[in-house]
Amino acid sequence: MKYLDEFRDLKLAQNLSSRIKRITSKPWKIMEVCGGQTHTILQYGLEDLLPAQIELLHGPGCPVCVTPMELINKAIAIARTPGTIFCSFGDMLRVPGDKGDLLQAKAQGAEIRTVYSPLDALNIARNNPDKRVVFFAVGFETTAPANAMAVHQAKKLNIRNFFLLCSHVTVPPVMAAILDSSENQVQAFLGPGHVCSVMGWKEYEEISKHYNVPIVISGFEPIDILTGVLHCVKQLESGKAFAENRYARAVSVSGNKSAQNILHEVFEEGDRLWRGLGAIPKSGYKLNENYKEYDAEKEFLVEAVNTQESSLCISGEILKGLKKPWQCSAFGKECTPENPLGATMVSSEGTCATYYKFGKTQVKQEGDLSLV
Amino acid sequence: MSELTQSFDLSCLMPSGSENIVKLGHGSGGRMTTRLIENIFLPVLGNDILNELEDAALINIAGANIAMTTDSYVVSPIFFPGGDIGSLAVHGTINDLSMRGARPLCLSAAFIMEEGLPIADLEKIVKSFQQACLNSGTKLITADTKVVNKGAADKLFITTTGIGIVEKFPAPSVKRAQAGDCVLISGDIGRHGIAIMASREGLDLETTIESDSYPLHNLVWSILNDSNEEGYEKIHCLRDITRGGLAGVLNEIANASNVGIEIREDSIPIHQEVKAVCEILGLDPLYVACEGRLVSVVTANMAEEIVSIMSKHEAASGCMMIGRVVADHPGRVVLRSKIGGNRIVDLLSGEQLPRIC
Amino acid sequence: MCLAIPGLVESIVIVDDLKMAKVNFGGIRRTACLEYTPDASAGDYVLVHVGFAISVIDEKEAKETYEILAASGEMDEFINDVDAAKVGEK
Repeated sequence: MKYLDEFRDLKLAQNLSSRIKRITSKPWKIMEVCGGQTHTILQYGLEDLLPAQIELLHGPGCPVCVTPMELINKAIAIARTPGTIFCSFGDMLRVPGDKGDLLQAKAQGAEIRTVYSPLDALNIARNNPDKRVVFFAVGFETTAPANAMAVHQAKKLNIRNFFLLCSHVTVPPVMAAILDSSENQVQAFLGPGHVCSVMGWKEYEEISKHYNVPIVISGFEPIDILTGVLHCVKQLESGKAFAENRYARAVSVSGNKSAQNILHEVFEEGDRLWRGLGAIPKSGYKLNENYKEYDAEKEFLVEAVNTQESSLCISGEILKGLKKPWQCSAFGKECTPENPLGATMVSSEGTCATYYKFGKTQVKQEGDLSLV
Repeated sequence: MSELTQSFDLSCLMPSGSENIVKLGHGSGGRMTTRLIENIFLPVLGNDILNELEDAALINIAGANIAMTTDSYVVSPIFFPGGDIGSLAVHGTINDLSMRGARPLCLSAAFIMEEGLPIADLEKIVKSFQQACLNSGTKLITADTKVVNKGAADKLFITTTGIGIVEKFPAPSVKRAQAGDCVLISGDIGRHGIAIMASREGLDLETTIESDSYPLHNLVWSILNDSNEEGYEKIHCLRDITRGGLAGVLNEIANASNVGIEIREDSIPIHQEVKAVCEILGLDPLYVACEGRLVSVVTANMAEEIVSIMSKHEAASGCMMIGRVVADHPGRVVLRSKIGGNRIVDLLSGEQLPRIC
Repeated sequence: MCLAIPGLVESIVIVDDLKMAKVNFGGIRRTACLEYTPDASAGDYVLVHVGFAISVIDEKEAKETYEILAASGEMDEFINDVDAAKVGEK
């Protein structure tokens, strides 16, 4: 496929690999922010192409992982309300709340549908006027405009049986939270390419300047990620720290204005709880005053259930890049994808789940397969 | 969430992860299925033959070497591009018999119909079932019909049992892979799973992909009998790829034979449209179902010959050698990616869900 | 986060006031909303996430990125660049 295959090229990868190895003289810790980038890194065994001094830390950029359990509990309670069709992206269905997940609610008779696009959920609402249709609107800045459009259309077409259960989060506040932490180990970031397609990358220039940290906006194919790593190392080795865009085919400085406009028409900034990380001020979007009648949390008066904490789980430290999954005593034992204890194991894109799936269960030695 | 009640800290929320009911993931052919079989079925029902977990069981009855297998077909929709539940119920069972080197002889079938199923649909499926029997030289010799209330089944379920005869030994087995063997695949992967997914409501994908559903008994006969050398000695494993995808089959072989398997991503055949659907939905084609593809594990000196024998069959025109059996990392399947990195290909825990975010 | 795949815009229709397109992804087609890429027209490649085009792929940038990577010439220049910076530090 055009624009995918050429960025998965063996020769280019080897070329980039040798260039990275050649210029790396010290250990560096680089965090990729996006779950999608983490997925590519593990799927292609990309760490095998990097020198041992470079450690990739896997950041909090998986919207499924960081959705608070309280909200999952609400989602399940709403889905179980008679006369409701609950729509969600596939990945959210497996994320457990206190008492099971949405797949389990489905098995017990709740009408839950997987949709590819929020507009599909809106169509379901149109075709089922006698039911209340709720869409589980999760995602970062990339997904929020799509979710915004669904509710914007609902209002325009006067569809009154469509609601959003919102859990939108934003990248810059969580990056700042990681950098503000006294234990921070991240020395450079691969910036979130598709978030920047929507929002542009000015915000990342500010973060880079404020914290004196290199940020290289990167795409999602192996060559994009290797390119991102190369330019991070280049900055680190030469003592520089600035934001640069290495995903120019999809990202412009100011991003996508049309998407930003609808985003701001429908949503307003709000504080958000991040699973595994806690509350971060102004790190999410919620429906604003003009769209409050589409808010599922106002329409369905379901009680939030209190959540328990696991003393075993270290997902907060993993999300901040302080620890690797194999440093957790529960990893692969008490905590598996079938029975996840925390944020980073709940979604297939979560760091622990990805490590588990791709069998990365031990410390990596250069050239080693990291087998158990 | 109007107020900040927690600071940015390392707290972690723990779900109870209750497993007290059967979920769809238990039927995915992945780790959840394995656990269900190991924890619920085998402790009670297990015996020397069942515990083998082969595609078909081999038993000697009154001097005859019999292969027997059973499978239920619950595919939705019941008509899909490239086939229907009737032909699928024959092909799947024929294939399970064939994988043990058995010649399929006869079938039984139970048809469980949901109240409201159009008779015209049933007629079509019955005809398709019969045509598939004729094509594979088998006969339905006993059957049952039941009707259940609306909602108690999804239109039509079929359970098929097959009996075949094993004329030569040793029979191919999931336990016979040895270090040094070559791993062959009969064609491109994932067509059945993607054809089914695209024909369901909701995803709104326009494709021309048809299911690969096909009876493999003739292909298997050639693999075992057409080589110059003694095929039965050198053909170690045959396994048809079904719901757990290529990854599922390779893991079963690696585990049962206690060997490692190494495959190369760039050698695995995948149809362009299957690949495209997987890209859009974030699915891994290694875990997508097939219904007319097999993996064979053969001694290295036979590999080329078997590839050429297989490629003469229409059902295996796209056959490829995809990797090797190794002594290292027993029980593990390792893939060398397109860009030269390695990763482990494990069983999925449950069903593969579209990865959208 | 944010799986987005490039596809070729084949045709455009207006549905409920929304600019919608048939997009071809390696041989399969799906409808995508082009409201956020109002300038996209048939023949453009767009990056599609959850049924929405979020940007038009900049063919010139893509080609340049690829060609710079494919050319080995950058390697030496690049390493000289870093070496020069290191010398500068000293």
